[in-house]
Amino acid sequence: MSLKSPLGQAKGLGSAKDGLHHWWAQRVTAIALIPLTIWFAFKVAILSMSDYQTVLESIGSPWSAALIVSLVVAAFYHAALGMQVIFEDYISHKAARIIAIMSTNLLMFLLGAAAVIAVVRIALGG
Amino acid sequence: MAEFTLPKNSVVQEGITYPAPEGATNVQEVHVYRWDPDSGENPRVDIYNLDLDTCGPMVLDAIIKIKNEVDSTLTFRRSCREGICGSCSMNINGKNTLACTKDIGDIDGPIKIYPLPHLPVVKDVVPDLTHFYAQYTSIKPWIQTDTPPPSDREHLQSKEDRSKLDGLYECILCACCSTSCPSYWWNGDRYLGPAILLQAYRWLADSRDENAGERLDELEDPFKLYRCHTIMNCTETCPKGLNPAKAIAEIKKLLVERKIA
Repeated sequence: MSLKSPLGQAKGLGSAKDGLHHWWAQRVTAIALIPLTIWFAFKVAILSMSDYQTVLESIGSPWSAALIVSLVVAAFYHAALGMQVIFEDYISHKAARIIAIMSTNLLMFLLGAAAVIAVVRIALGG
Repeated sequence: MAEFTLPKNSVVQEGITYPAPEGATNVQEVHVYRWDPDSGENPRVDIYNLDLDTCGPMVLDAIIKIKNEVDSTLTFRRSCREGICGSCSMNINGKNTLACTKDIGDIDGPIKIYPLPHLPVVKDVVPDLTHFYAQYTSIKPWIQTDTPPPSDREHLQSKEDRSKLDGLYECILCACCSTSCPSYWWNGDRYLGPAILLQAYRWLADSRDENAGERLDELEDPFKLYRCHTIMNCTETCPKGLNPAKAIAEIKKLLVERKIA
């Protein structure tokens, strides 16, 4: 029971003056992922017939490695942004929402970092 | 989590069936959600069989006929009966609309009338719109200028600038759109919803207003604005044929324009 006025409740804590960056980044990564994913799919399809050494050389070439790293960064960043939106939509319990968002961000960061390190290792011939 | 099932005391039960008057040949079944806060009982759906030969053409006519002739305890809001006041908004056969502009002839089978979804119910098909109106007040829906109006007249607006308000000024705040929006269902405490955001854009689009910056500051918020994911239920349901989803997109575009473009 609260005697706070309806307007006071509606205004709440006011505007976070934030949200544009998240929304914009989600759209930019979405658009970037279209050509990157198509390129990667073709690359995997073509390389599926090749032997191990050829695949390593192809992935390790500077342009391929750069594009795969871009794909990985865009994909995991996009995934983290998207999952945050879903959690904000459906989890109303504040602590649970923050834990879900933070742990997803951490997971996406770890997966992305591992993928990037793998590509860099191949590129550097490790 | 968002609640997807009704709490026990909200489960809708079978109600009373009122037979058609004797000799009626053109009978229409009307199902109406009933809930009385004073009775302590669960909500129920009453079924009224009306004689359409003695009833006006719109759903609101049928509801008024029920109240006048069958069951005076039925509670609903109505005023202008011509789609301009926004009082008789309700959920009719699964779609939020105005009872006064909804033609009975367009409905196949029984007419099913429920209150606007996901708002607290005051009684029967009357929802509590207190928070909705407070959210409207929160966007300061009035002209804000630093420049005083000319001493001999009001602030002027060119015809071209005035036309930018078409599709916005017609909103009657019936709340059909906001209560059709899942984001407003789950996060309506903070998300402003399509109706209020359309109204917010109406003032951003007004050439006479001088406070766009502050208005955008107030709107840029993950919950107030960015809960809109453009599923367009609002546009689909608007009984005035307006496009709140587009107005929200325009607000997002203005924010991009201010910071990035």
